[in-house]
Amino acid sequence: MNLHEFQAKDLFSQYGVPVPRGMKATSPAEARAAAKQLGGDVWVVKAQVHAGGRGKAGGVKVASTLDDVERYAGEMLGAELRTAQTGDTGLPIHSVLVEEGLEIANELYLSGVVDRATRRVTFMTSSEGGMDVEELAASSPEKIFTEAVNPVTGLQGFQCRKLGFGMGLTKDEVGKLSKVMMGLYALFTDSDASLVEINPLIVTVNGDVLALDAKINLDDNALYRQRNLAELRDPSQEDQRESQAHEIGLNYVALGGNIGCMVNGAGLAMATMDIVKLHGGEPANFLDVGGGATAERVTKAFKLILSSENVRAILVNIFGGIVRCDLIAEGVISAVKEVGLSIPVVVRLQGTNVEVGRKMLSESGMNIITADDLTDAAKQVVAAAK
Amino acid sequence: MSILVDKNTQVICQGFTGSQGTFHSNQCIEYGTKLVGGVTPGRGGESHLGQPVFDTVADAVAETGAEASMIYVPAPFAADAILESADAGIQVIACITEGIPVMDMLRVRAALDGSDVKLVGPNCPGVITPDQCKIGIMPGHIHKPGKIGIVSRSGTLTYEAVYQTTQSGLGQSTCVGIGGDPVHGLDFIEILQMFEADSQTKGIVMVGEIGGTAEEEAADYIKSKVRKPVVAYIAGVTAPPGKRMGHAGAIISGGKGTAKDKFAALDAAGVVTVRSPADIGARMLEFFV
Repeated sequence: MNLHEFQAKDLFSQYGVPVPRGMKATSPAEARAAAKQLGGDVWVVKAQVHAGGRGKAGGVKVASTLDDVERYAGEMLGAELRTAQTGDTGLPIHSVLVEEGLEIANELYLSGVVDRATRRVTFMTSSEGGMDVEELAASSPEKIFTEAVNPVTGLQGFQCRKLGFGMGLTKDEVGKLSKVMMGLYALFTDSDASLVEINPLIVTVNGDVLALDAKINLDDNALYRQRNLAELRDPSQEDQRESQAHEIGLNYVALGGNIGCMVNGAGLAMATMDIVKLHGGEPANFLDVGGGATAERVTKAFKLILSSENVRAILVNIFGGIVRCDLIAEGVISAVKEVGLSIPVVVRLQGTNVEVGRKMLSESGMNIITADDLTDAAKQVVAAAK
Repeated sequence: MSILVDKNTQVICQGFTGSQGTFHSNQCIEYGTKLVGGVTPGRGGESHLGQPVFDTVADAVAETGAEASMIYVPAPFAADAILESADAGIQVIACITEGIPVMDMLRVRAALDGSDVKLVGPNCPGVITPDQCKIGIMPGHIHKPGKIGIVSRSGTLTYEAVYQTTQSGLGQSTCVGIGGDPVHGLDFIEILQMFEADSQTKGIVMVGEIGGTAEEEAADYIKSKVRKPVVAYIAGVTAPPGKRMGHAGAIISGGKGTAKDKFAALDAAGVVTVRSPADIGARMLEFFV
């Protein structure tokens, strides 16, 4: 689950990580009032969407008059922002963050992430923060410094100093960076984060170190114990069908093709998409019905697949381990009945209780094509979709 | 021979009396696994599925001499269950539970580092040595004793590889689902090392998926240390690049982790890779005709 910048900055403040003064606004008038209240003569208006790359996409504007603040907010609110990180469909802007403008002396990069390789929360810094840090990491990896945190000891001061002096900061700046990192690490572990990123972390002309941007990604598996944070979820930033799937415990991603796929297990679901494509078809979706699939959930999964108008045929590929094939068969039959399905369904079942499941399908009287193996199933569904 | 578990392995189940624990323990007993008891706190002294229930793993180990455990306890309590097992001296822990918070697994891994406890999973199907010992949720009947070692990050995709090697007559020595979570126990390299050393295993199937760099690291290992034939498949060639937040994910992986990168690394290591998941069994068979 992602947080908005203004939500992340609220959390930063709670953990002693300095951020620019700012206020959230949901209308141009509110934005103007916010700027007036903040005072000063330069403000930054920032579109609040769940994606990076906002600067290049026009989602961050510097205003030097209150009229400009109001105008920029008006242009952003209600519009969609498409950045390099949003994919083809943009994200709706329902709020903006109005912040005081600051005089920047230096832009740094700082992030913490759960690293699979070291199995540690790992901090990364670079003295060259800003919009092109990814390109920098690819072309000059030696300019990215990393420190992995032992969960037993937590983040240590020496690790902050290594990163700070490594970036060429002064002693005073290193002290301020350490305070930021200590706050971030506490926030990271307390909140069950999977990513915290500040890009850029700025040093002002006055020598202050502040988080100019803030990104937080939370571990979905831990939301059960992060009730307050779970309430910050903004469904408008998520694909509608994906959130709907999420509500009923399904893992769904919409794609461009015309063959609906229902599979148990993420790996097999990806493999099923791969083999459909290998035989000349285009998958309409990724859908993992998960471990504890019930007949009811399979019915809902069918409805979800059919909510895409492009779907011309459906491939059900279930290898039963936790999921029993008879339950899947029951779900397929009741879904086909309930939805009044007119497009062909190819079903490939294997595993626990497979004989019972297959028997139920063949005796159902429905227009269901059964397939023996994966290749057969892929060929049948590609042919059926044409 | 086999790896991790065999016909003499004595197994307990944590989360024994719950619905998942009950269903799968029953399946394991029917398969022939030496399930010698189970643990459900507060139900010690009872009997379940004809086996004793204990309050703690320590009690279970003291009474039964169990050396392996399979865990079905709900995600919020699973890290605790893994550590309890390790503390009690269990050697092979298969954690089936999915949805464990990654912070919990970071602490579990740190606690297990330096010990010789073998953790399989979490979020995995478990481990099986056909006709000897099944600890996990895989459908037993698709397996057949034989010469192929199977290691996989994905659950149901493991079954696919198993089914194909059974159909082709090769059979399996041991199958290990290492799980798909970002932080887990045994990794490809440790399993490959065990298969390379196991006399029953004549060939190895490795099933990976997009994300992380474990397959790339395994490719390096295979190139220098594995002499047995390896057939590999990576799921996710068609998976679209997901929406993302920020740059950290891309920086930490160094731009690696796509199916294309993984196939390339494996090809360069001399591994036989298949682009269709349906070709795993047939391609492996070519080594043995």
